[in-house]
Amino acid sequence: MTDLDEYRSRARAWLAERTADLPPDPDLPQARAFMADLYDAGYVGITWPAAYGGRGLSAAEERAFQQAAADFPLPVGVFGIGLGMCGPTLLSLGTEEQKRRYLRPLLRGEEIWCQMFSEPGAGSDVASLQTRAVRDGDHWVVDGQKVWTSVARQADFGLLIARTDPDVPKHQGITMFVVDMRDPGVDVRPLRDMTGESHFNEVFFTGVRVPAENVVGEVDGGWSAAVTTLLHERVSIGMGATRTERPASFAALRTAARERGLLGEPGVRDLLLDLYLRERAFDLLNARMSQEVKAGIQPGARGSVSKLLLADLTLASADLASQILGPECLAGDGPIARALAWAPGMALGGGTNEIMRNIIGDRVLGLPREPQLDRNIPFKALKVGTQAKEDGE
Amino acid sequence: MRLIPTEEQRELAATVRSFLADRVPMARVREVAGSDEPYDRTAWARLSSELGLAGLAVPEEHGGSGAGFGEVAAVLEELGAALAPVPYFSAVVAASLLVALDAKDLLPDVASGETVAVLAAPEEALPAGRLLDRGEWVLEGMVERVPDATAAGLLLVVASTGTDRRGVFAVAPDAPGLAVTPLTSFDLTRPQARVELGGVPARLLGPSDAGAVIDRTADVARVLLAAEQLGGLRRCLDVIVEYAKLRVQFGRYVGSFQGVKHKLADMHCVLEQAESVVRYAVWAADEAPDELPEAAALAASFLGRAYFQVARDHLLLHGGIGFTWEHDAHLYYKRAKADELMLGAPRTHRARLATALGLI
Repeated sequence: MTDLDEYRSRARAWLAERTADLPPDPDLPQARAFMADLYDAGYVGITWPAAYGGRGLSAAEERAFQQAAADFPLPVGVFGIGLGMCGPTLLSLGTEEQKRRYLRPLLRGEEIWCQMFSEPGAGSDVASLQTRAVRDGDHWVVDGQKVWTSVARQADFGLLIARTDPDVPKHQGITMFVVDMRDPGVDVRPLRDMTGESHFNEVFFTGVRVPAENVVGEVDGGWSAAVTTLLHERVSIGMGATRTERPASFAALRTAARERGLLGEPGVRDLLLDLYLRERAFDLLNARMSQEVKAGIQPGARGSVSKLLLADLTLASADLASQILGPECLAGDGPIARALAWAPGMALGGGTNEIMRNIIGDRVLGLPREPQLDRNIPFKALKVGTQAKEDGE
Repeated sequence: MRLIPTEEQRELAATVRSFLADRVPMARVREVAGSDEPYDRTAWARLSSELGLAGLAVPEEHGGSGAGFGEVAAVLEELGAALAPVPYFSAVVAASLLVALDAKDLLPDVASGETVAVLAAPEEALPAGRLLDRGEWVLEGMVERVPDATAAGLLLVVASTGTDRRGVFAVAPDAPGLAVTPLTSFDLTRPQARVELGGVPARLLGPSDAGAVIDRTADVARVLLAAEQLGGLRRCLDVIVEYAKLRVQFGRYVGSFQGVKHKLADMHCVLEQAESVVRYAVWAADEAPDELPEAAALAASFLGRAYFQVARDHLLLHGGIGFTWEHDAHLYYKRAKADELMLGAPRTHRARLATALGLI
């Protein structure tokens, strides 16, 4: 047995024991306790530097742990934004003080993080954001609104990007900050989405005073920091997909069709074959990409391919399930009804399908970029968000 | 399950790619297509003997190199990308059947490329094998649309040997009663011919009931064709992406328009999936015989559509020039369509897939 096999089987044994008495739906204190134990056992921040609370091991150990963890439902979702996006951003751009102050509690689940980029007027075009941060002595004063913020209610800290110079073009006058989510000027309101539930929040800032040492990276250099953070998001959304539940999977639908005696219908068979072809090709692509990662080939912008295909598959499979199962699948709060209501979220969150296609075109295929009319115009002279039509337009 | 090529496979592909760029450019492809030559004999000689590719998947004791379908697939991708007018696909499928039948005396010449063996294996309406009193077989019947039959130095014919029994027969190209008639092929780069067997003397290879071996060879053929299709698909996308970076209309490179860019992005997504499907199917052909029937039906169903759609859109995105005879786009478009249908109508691949998945 290699050292890595041993590492993996030790991790598996630890996880088996620690998850055995977890309730099916752990609450926040239980999730925090689990996270602390996971950290103390050495399985969080495996590749992060020891100086900041990590273990300083290689990507091989990280993968070995992920392989072991794939068999267990871990209550770590609430820490995902911190571990997958905020932490790596601080690790590469944060000051020494920031890294020492924030990373260890983040890894141990003692402090929860959220990410605040999108705004009602700045969706696909995040760089047109309007939330302002104005310098006042050794503080910045933040006013504005963010939207689609996951775990904002539980979060202790958030990474915020705000406009710090409206007199320069839009990408140049943005700064990233660490914001204390418990500040009285921060108002978090749950956003009811189309599923009828609240998975995201709106966050309102009114005169929130942020210490100057909370700037992440350079003042007015926040755009490149945000791009780094978002790349982590795209990879994690697409690549993690094999673990998420698929109520409208080929296997589930085949069983459903068989139980109802529908397999004899050529139309049903054709729909199922179409679903199989998409699903199998997607799964094989993810498997191939993860083999490439293991072989040292980084997916880079190709993560967008996986994300786009997952979004398409999610929409198509729920739709197709409904065509086979008919009206019964919409009655009550069944899995297909829920899948149909959830599906658009996958094609919108983390970048819309159109943005994914732009990324693939520009960064994977190297196609010429679209002329950006707003590139060299000061932000304050731009039209942003949703605007009334003017005469002659 | 291995889904990424080995270092050796990448090097092999690079060798073949540079040979083809040098020796079989599109001008040469068109020259062969417009001539009466069934294939480019010079290129074939160099590929098969100098580069030793004809016997790639033939065991060393029979004169081959003892490599696997992974290596053969790497070569086929490059040949498919270049539309190279050589009967490599036909020859390696025939070679794998001869290996499965343990045809020791025929293999050395096939492995060296000296003899181009071509398989005529219709799905239905098989020629009939008749055993004469002297213990000799003769074949009676016709096989339509056999790819590369005019290139064959050895024909392998699948014929019925009794009720629900099939055997493989070796037929010499100059055998009495054999007629090989070239057909007008939609795909100019892979000629097809009608094979007529009027009491042709033939030699039975292996058992007279070789159905399982024949079916497995058919699956191998589907997987290998998919690898060749993948190469063509990738070339189509590369070519149109390059053009979209050069062609200017409305004062902009056309690749900067989202109407074009998004189409190309979707074509790239098809390529990524197609490559994954092919790698899996090739792995199954080498390593996982139990998975091969499903993998082969998956590869045939996916790649047939994928290559044709990408070849079609690559032609369309060229604009008017893509509809001209001089431009190469139509050669790929026709190859992609012919490939999609070559081993049976797409519905037959889907029906086999449905069976493998327990939907029938």
